[in-house]
Amino acid sequence: MCDNCKIEEMEKNFKDENVDLDLIAPVIEKYGKSKGSLINVLQSIQDIYGYLPLSAMDYLADKTDNKRATIYGVATFYTQFRLNPIGKYLILQCQGTACHVNGSKEVSKAICEELDINPGETTEDGLFTVEDVACLGCCSLAPVMMINGEAYGNLTPGEAVKVIKDLRKEVEEGNTNEN
Amino acid sequence: MKIKVGLGSCGIAAGGRKVLSTLQKEAKKHGLTVEIEETGCIGMCFFEPIVDIETDDGTYSYGFVNEEIAKDIIEKHVIDGEVLEDNIIYTSEKPAEYIAKQHKIALENCGIINPEKIEEYEEKGGYKGIEIALKEMTKERVIKEIKESGLRGRGGAGFPTWFKWDAALKSQGNQKYMVCNADEGDPGAFMDRSILEGDPHRLIEGMLIGGYAIGASEGIIYCRAEYPLAIERLEIAMDQARDKNYLGENILGTDFTFNLRIKKGAGAFVCGEETALIESLEGKRGMPRLKPPFPAQSGYWREPTNINNVETLANVPWIISKGAEAFASVGSEKSKGTKVFALSGKIKNGGLVEIPMGMTLREVIFDIGGGIKKDKKFKAVQMGGPSGGCIPAELLDTPVTYENINATGAIMGSGGMVVMDETTCMVDIAKFFLDFTCKESCGKCTYCRIGTKRMLEILERISEGKGKLEDLDELEQLGESIKDGSLCGLGQTAPNPVLTGLKYFRDEYEAHVVDKKCPAKKCTELLTYTINPENCVGCTLCAKNCPTDAISGKVKEVHKINQDLCIKCGNCYDVCKFDAVNVE
Repeated sequence: MCDNCKIEEMEKNFKDENVDLDLIAPVIEKYGKSKGSLINVLQSIQDIYGYLPLSAMDYLADKTDNKRATIYGVATFYTQFRLNPIGKYLILQCQGTACHVNGSKEVSKAICEELDINPGETTEDGLFTVEDVACLGCCSLAPVMMINGEAYGNLTPGEAVKVIKDLRKEVEEGNTNEN
Repeated sequence: MKIKVGLGSCGIAAGGRKVLSTLQKEAKKHGLTVEIEETGCIGMCFFEPIVDIETDDGTYSYGFVNEEIAKDIIEKHVIDGEVLEDNIIYTSEKPAEYIAKQHKIALENCGIINPEKIEEYEEKGGYKGIEIALKEMTKERVIKEIKESGLRGRGGAGFPTWFKWDAALKSQGNQKYMVCNADEGDPGAFMDRSILEGDPHRLIEGMLIGGYAIGASEGIIYCRAEYPLAIERLEIAMDQARDKNYLGENILGTDFTFNLRIKKGAGAFVCGEETALIESLEGKRGMPRLKPPFPAQSGYWREPTNINNVETLANVPWIISKGAEAFASVGSEKSKGTKVFALSGKIKNGGLVEIPMGMTLREVIFDIGGGIKKDKKFKAVQMGGPSGGCIPAELLDTPVTYENINATGAIMGSGGMVVMDETTCMVDIAKFFLDFTCKESCGKCTYCRIGTKRMLEILERISEGKGKLEDLDELEQLGESIKDGSLCGLGQTAPNPVLTGLKYFRDEYEAHVVDKKCPAKKCTELLTYTINPENCVGCTLCAKNCPTDAISGKVKEVHKINQDLCIKCGNCYDVCKFDAVNVE
């Protein structure tokens, strides 16, 4: 075993006590054993937690006939599944062809620099997660990003950064108001 | 009078929902009882949000509507009957040229009817096709009709639809399945989404007719999870169809039973390949199976399964109700009917177009699409996404048919048409697609898994100015090997963007390799930024915006860029107001 495997850490995550497994018990009870339902069950689990906790996948393996490896294999095959929690705002940066041709790379670079993270990561304060997606289907508005379901089109690097700054300001002001 | 607001994903992204609520609020304020409805996408995404006013003396369409214009529409047009001339994009008397040149079959109801009302679909002749099929035609007759229409798969490869149906009908099994492939994965194509959002009943009817023809009582729509609105509207449509006995048992009083459900995909481009799609339907990793046996013999749970793409199925009800001959009269000799394309990239009028096959690329891009943004020079059009290729300017008069497009080395594909101008680098675009297929390769076949990675590495080297002339030959050899050594369409077509690039734009590749220059000025590693002393006035703006302090110079004196420090971010070029920064 090499240092890179971090197997002990992973084992610990398989039994994460912070994940409330009671939340998914009814879903697994209902669909867990029906033939060919693994993707649907994982989608339901992700809807509940916002990601797929290892302990939930472990629990699913215990309750159904699926092996841990099968479940993990499916979870890591599809881009929709996330193995880590996401921030308050999920920024989907479209990297489709039309967006690429219209400068999505520059927009993405500006966003990542502003937040100081790479695509697939979440900011330390847990506010923003940035992800690359293949195509949002709003090609005529390229380049596009989507934040929590709302699309922003015809972006420039500057405008994208402004949207993020505004969102952060909103949160900060919200916090002071609460205090 | 009726008011319609285009609320496809594009309309919503452009602010259509706000417009809808403003219209409703204003109408209520003035005590109007006018009908305000939502509709799908008419295809003119570049005009969104669009509002249509249907009156007895014609239809008026407004473009780029915001809340203010919406208010004016109610106060002036609806109440006073005064048309807001400045905001009109077209009227029924003077239709937009964008639409006039098109021929709508698959999209005929999109942007016209309210997708959430089954009655509106029925008024347009909807569900007549399944009624004719069930009451007047045998299964074989339906297949013969599709054969005579000449309909071929619109998902990319152009396989004759009737042939698949016939094979599934003749196949023996306990249960047959009719599957719709709505896993539109080509980054740059969105016609299937538009049909699902704008005319979901049409797809249901197409599935019903196909299900009847092959003898399937169960249907599954495999839809991308990234299309939440499409799934929502499909679900509404399926409920309505069940209430009206178009779905379920003993449909329309016959002994035909058909149950339909949606399966949400989880994001994998390879699942557009039919055997990978079947694996995914079964809850597994979407890795392709060896063919034969074909899905028609052994598909979902090893039973006979037929898989068609959304646009293909959207043509079916039209063919059955209007006849094969009417369909076959449109198009060219071997490519019948129409094809929908998503026009995007550096084009003025980006959106969805449905054209009769045989129209030339020039007509599509210049007459319908309005030409290139900022009137720059057309360089190439990319068709077929990651499986296709770039068609150069000298082939602009190629007619859009399966045969003619294949002959260029590109493919018809699912319908992405991304237009590129002189600022698009062909090496960069090939790198972009290779990066995509490399990430999306499922990993089953060695050539696809490792070969695409090696090709990508070579391209990266070339774009960084570290390429050798032998690399170009190696790319070609590797590309051919990947085509031969891959099981499914993903690997078999993955080298296409590079191979067509080398075929038509070899000089551009050579410029990167030999001269270490990027003619389109896109590959940053190959660029050099300098300051032109004649134009520089010493405003210091570039120096202030340089992230690495590579620019030196005093106020009102000519500035200079230190090449050792320059990271080629292009900030100086962007901010300079005196055109004093040169890029080469």
